[in-house]
Amino acid sequence: MKGRILERLAIWLGLIAGALFAGLPIAWMVSSSLKTNSEIFASPPRLIPEDFTWDAYAAILGNPENLRFFFNSIVVGVAVTLLTLLVATLAAYAFSRFEFRFRSTINMVIVSVQAVPPITLLIPFFGLVVTFGLYNSYLGLILTYLVFTMPYAIVMMISYFSALPRELDEAVKVDGGTSWTALWRVLVPVALPGLTSVAIYTFLQSWNEYLFALTLTQTNDMRTIPVGIQLLMGQNTYQWNQIMAMSVLGSIPVLVIFIFLQRYFLSGLTAGSVKS
Amino acid sequence: MTLKKTWRPRPRGAAAILRVAAPYLYVLPAVALLASLLVIPISTVIGYSFLQGAVTVRNAPFAGIDNYVAVLSDPRFTASLGNTAIFVALSVAAHLLLGLAFASLLNTRLVGALPLAIFRAIYLLPWVFTVAVVAVLWRLLFDPAGVVNYLLSFLGADAVAWLGDSATALGAVTFINIWSGYPFFMVSLLAGLQTIPGELHEAARVDGAHALQRFWHVTIPHLRPVIVSMSLLDAIWTSQQFALIWITTGGGPGNATELLSTYTYRLAFSQYQFSQASASAVIVLVISMLLAFFYVRHLRREAR
Repeated sequence: MKGRILERLAIWLGLIAGALFAGLPIAWMVSSSLKTNSEIFASPPRLIPEDFTWDAYAAILGNPENLRFFFNSIVVGVAVTLLTLLVATLAAYAFSRFEFRFRSTINMVIVSVQAVPPITLLIPFFGLVVTFGLYNSYLGLILTYLVFTMPYAIVMMISYFSALPRELDEAVKVDGGTSWTALWRVLVPVALPGLTSVAIYTFLQSWNEYLFALTLTQTNDMRTIPVGIQLLMGQNTYQWNQIMAMSVLGSIPVLVIFIFLQRYFLSGLTAGSVKS
Repeated sequence: MTLKKTWRPRPRGAAAILRVAAPYLYVLPAVALLASLLVIPISTVIGYSFLQGAVTVRNAPFAGIDNYVAVLSDPRFTASLGNTAIFVALSVAAHLLLGLAFASLLNTRLVGALPLAIFRAIYLLPWVFTVAVVAVLWRLLFDPAGVVNYLLSFLGADAVAWLGDSATALGAVTFINIWSGYPFFMVSLLAGLQTIPGELHEAARVDGAHALQRFWHVTIPHLRPVIVSMSLLDAIWTSQQFALIWITTGGGPGNATELLSTYTYRLAFSQYQFSQASASAVIVLVISMLLAFFYVRHLRREAR
């Protein structure tokens, strides 16, 4: 019995140590965003701000340029998510329900495409985007992001569709429907949880992307949030409370998804590793 | 015209053709997109790497393997290759160990379900934040006057400019990457741990195996497939990390934290050496493809 209590104590200590390791830096970010800039490096540092203030948030939200970063990230994220879902659903349907030539070859290519380094694509993309007049435009970013979101979305959708019984689409065909109606009337509604996971994962990929947003946009009115956060470091050198406030604000959509849709969030995260 | 036809009763032949063509039509958008946005760019970058003055010079002349020779003999490239190897090896190893430790803690039966759910959510937090946020946050924490140095001062340590000193910078960025990446392993390993049948551990216990032996001979073999595939995926992604380095150190000081990705980026977009940058980008591609080869081979073996 005594060993049990010691074991339980050890586990609690481990759990708390882990929580401090993971959570303290984030608590520090929130705390710093609620401080005056002069208190940021106060010694000794305080986790609970001495002069609690929303000034940093007011400064960030009062600047239209920062709001524009949010707008841009949302426009690109929504467009990428919708396009990815549409194209990936069609492709995954073909892979899960049909036998056709080059099936395994195409599947193989899609899987290995996920390993192509973004930096390798950056130089030719830059050239192509400039050539087609898409530099510093939404369309340039959206098309670029599709390359990275599409393969994963297809692989995930294949696993969701393959899990659905074939009797579902057979029933539609018996009623005189085509494979097209079977897809949209039956499979897609049933696979909605899977589609949600894919949508979340895709949106987050787009929301978090930095390298291409940095390189393929030029003017501040076209920048997305990750680049915007970094720009803040250059502009007002080290207004740390504002930088942290921007970081918190920029993380809100992700946190909302994480808190309220954690199941979908995690199934997107693990689909690539466990199920395959 | 074809649209109109579908309104009439379809001739047998057309219906049959449509049925045969259906799967191709479904994959067509995806294949077309990936081909135009992937095959063309990759051929382009390979082409650039054999030209002299690609992008900047009109009708750039053929340069043979000059760009590859220039890149491979550049000490900064060699340094970035070494840094990348260290960064990836330490990150993957630590992600695995931390992920396993956290997953084991969360797999306990000695703590209630609600506290465990809260702890799990906290452990996942570092993974939730985007790299740009993680990078600026740790710049603040690792500041010479920052809270990390404050906490270490209780251990009698002197203040260190973690990201600004070439002796500590690579370790510091690796630490940040470890902090933000372990939940990826944790989630999958936890899922794996929960599928181990209790009888296996029970049987081992009856045979007199103590906790460590059970962990090594029951838990680890069971998790092995997940560990291998996660490690390879993590190695692929970590070797491509760019944003974290670019925002925290920019590859500096000197070339202390220069990775292959930042080296390539700098060549292209700071020095406008697009041909050499393309050669470097192709080398990065080859490394990633090698890792991807092992990953796919592993998946195929598991599928069998």
